[in-house]
Parts: sequence; structure tokens; C-alpha cells
Amino acid sequence: MAFALVALLCADPAVLAVNFPALTGRVVDQAHIIRPETRSTIETKLADLEGKSGIQLAVASVPSLEGEEIEPYANELFRAWKLGEKTKNNGVLLLVAPKERKVRIEVGYGLEGTLTDALSKVIIANAIAPNFKAGDFDRGVSRGVDDIITVLTTDASEWQQRPSLRLDDQQAGDPLSWLLIAGLIGLFTLFIVSPGFRWLILNVALNLLLNSGRGGFSGGRSSGSGGFSGGGGSSGGAGASGSW
Amino acid sequence: MISRMIAVLAVVAFGLIVSACGYNTIPTLEEQAKARWSDVQNQYQRRADLIPNLVATVQGYAAQEKGVLTAVVEARAKATKVTIDASQLTDPEKVKAFQDAQNQLSGALGRLLAVSENYPDLKSNQNFLALQSQLEGTENRISVARRDYIEAVRSYNTTLKTLPGLLWASTVFRNNKPMVEFAANETAQTPPQVKF
Repeated sequence: MAFALVALLCADPAVLAVNFPALTGRVVDQAHIIRPETRSTIETKLADLEGKSGIQLAVASVPSLEGEEIEPYANELFRAWKLGEKTKNNGVLLLVAPKERKVRIEVGYGLEGTLTDALSKVIIANAIAPNFKAGDFDRGVSRGVDDIITVLTTDASEWQQRPSLRLDDQQAGDPLSWLLIAGLIGLFTLFIVSPGFRWLILNVALNLLLNSGRGGFSGGRSSGSGGFSGGGGSSGGAGASGSW
Repeated sequence: MISRMIAVLAVVAFGLIVSACGYNTIPTLEEQAKARWSDVQNQYQRRADLIPNLVATVQGYAAQEKGVLTAVVEARAKATKVTIDASQLTDPEKVKAFQDAQNQLSGALGRLLAVSENYPDLKSNQNFLALQSQLEGTENRISVARRDYIEAVRSYNTTLKTLPGLLWASTVFRNNKPMVEFAANETAQTPPQVKF
């Protein structure tokens, strides 16, 4: 009886699912606008990019936006696919809707500073839209992907510097680490001595355990051409759209 | 000694049951909604930051459009003054004032962009094009941030009114009031049309 009550109280409301194409690979060509050769060339480039920088760039074409504008559609699709690493949100989605003649580059939170709205717009206006207008989707998508990769990798030297800087800091910052150790010892003592504090810690730990299950599975790093899955990244509507 | 152990176990079990059954849900959702609100406000701020540059650029080519330019500057000044901190989100008046100020700015911006269509030199100015795409991007971020906020508020408000949360809302969290959702104002939802 008590258990039934607890189960009832804990029941989560059901989550609504939207009908998006499944993330079957780095290129999801539901509208069939890309030739197989081009597709495998692009896929290699995209896998290369992720291997080098961790950035997940995916290309999608959809037969229809189902009455939605391309901006919200791209944002929701990006979030459904969870492109980019969870902690860095370094994903990019290039979405093409040939029926609506719309294209969008949706940029994850972590790359907003590199692939800015203005740059995304320039890529669409210069590399993608003119080719689409001429009916050459292969060339438009390839050149768009190339340009996005160029923008994303030009700053690579900067990212590589950052971890090394942090490492230097750690080696130099000895007083801080001593403080940390002292703090940990203090906490441990409290844990032994005070039951109230023990309860608090246990409660927090249990909570973390319970919530980690609810957070949803974030796909690991993908490998090869087999399973490709998003790493848990998100986007807040950065990027640009265009039509042709 | 044994009774003390039992007491500790009971406390632990109680903590588990309590935390698993929504004691934490209300504060968690509340904080989430507040965080989403600060995103909304940041994006509006971002838009406001773009405007002086935009106005300066347009002025260089279309100084005679004084009325439209002044309207944008004034609406911006007004909109940046109206801010809401997270604790005021339960106050419908405050939220409405914020909405109105931002809507007025949206309207003024829309008119400015419509007017700039008449100036071919301005339309082909690189700086103007970059500003336009940034503005367009910001409008889109605003609508995403608003959507996220509305969703966060909805789940917070639902938790306050439905069963597991209702128990806590009527006892421990008696001071937690539902937050105000944005009115689904059509003119505010659609960003000013930027044409290229």
C-alpha cells in the first residue's frame, strides 16, 4: 500500500515526442538531394572534423518542414539529435528543405563565437544559395560544408592553447590546492562527527544518483561509419537562414 | 546504540523518500525557470546592444528618416530601463510592462528596416548587411529563449497545481506563486522581416 502510494507520487508526466528524422549518420538525406559519392566524401570530412576537434557537424535534408518555419524546426531537430559534446555544446547543423526552398545553419551554444550569425549568413549567401538556385545541391552542400569547416578550424590554434594554459596555472597555484585539501579534511571530520551533516551528504549523494538516471543517455563519441549519435549538445537559435 | 542506528536509518530513508517524491522538484523547477528568464533578458539586451551601431549606419545613408530613427532610439532607451529580476516574475503587471516595452522596440525596428529598403546604397553596405544578419540571429535567439522560458514556467506552474507538487506547494513552499507566462502575442513572436 505504502509502496503503491510512493510510486503514484513519483510518477513523472509522459514526455511528448516530435516526429523528426532519425539520426542515422552524419548526413541524413531524407529529401534525396545528395548523390552517394558526394555523400561519402562529405561524411569523411565530417568524421575528420570530429576526430580533430570534437565538433559534430551534421547535414540534414527533409522532404517537408511540416508547416513549420525553418528556424524553430532546425532548433528542435538540433536539440533532438543533441549535436556536439554535452559540456561544450559544439555542434552544427546544416538543414536543407528543398520543398520550401529554405536552408539554415544552426549553431550550438559553444560555437556561437566562432561561427557567428554574420559568417553563417555569408556562407549561405556565397557558397550555398547560388548553387541551389542553379539546381546543383551536391555542390551547394559540399561547398557549404567546406566553408563551415574552414571557419570552425581556423581558430583551432586558440583551443589548443587553452588547455596548456590551464595546466600551467595548476602547477603554479599551490596555495589553492592546499586550501582544497584542508577543506576536504574539514568536511570529512564533520561527516564523522555530526549526524546532521552526514544526513545532508547522504541525501545529496542519493539525489545525484537518482537524477543522473533521469538526465537521459548522452551518446558517446561516435566511431567509423556505423553508429553516429549526438553527444548531448544543445543550441539556442544561433546561426542564419536563407532561401533561394 | 541500536536505537540510534535505527534513528539514523529512518532519517536516511525519510530523506530518500522525500527527495524522490518531489520535495526538490519545486525549487529545481523554480530555479530553472528563473535561469531561462535570464536567458530571455540577455537576448533582449543583446538586441539593444546592436541598435546604436545599426542606427549610426542607417543615419549615414538616410539621415532624412529622422522620425523613424528617433523612434528606435527612444524605444530602445525605454526598453533597456524596464528590467525584471527573477523574484518579480510572479507579478503580471511587471511582466506586461516589460513585454510592452520590448514590443514597442520591435515595432520601431521593423519600421526602420522597412524604410532602409528604399536606400540601395545602404542595402549593399557590408556593415549594414552584417548588422542585419546579427539582428536577425538575435531575434531568433529571443524567440528560442522565450519558448524555453514558457516551457519552464509551464512545468513549474503545473507542478505547483498537480498532485505530488501540490502537497509540497501547500505546505513547505506556501510562498511559491505561479510565474507569469508570456502572453502569446503574435506581433512579438514574429521577428521583423529582414529581406536580402
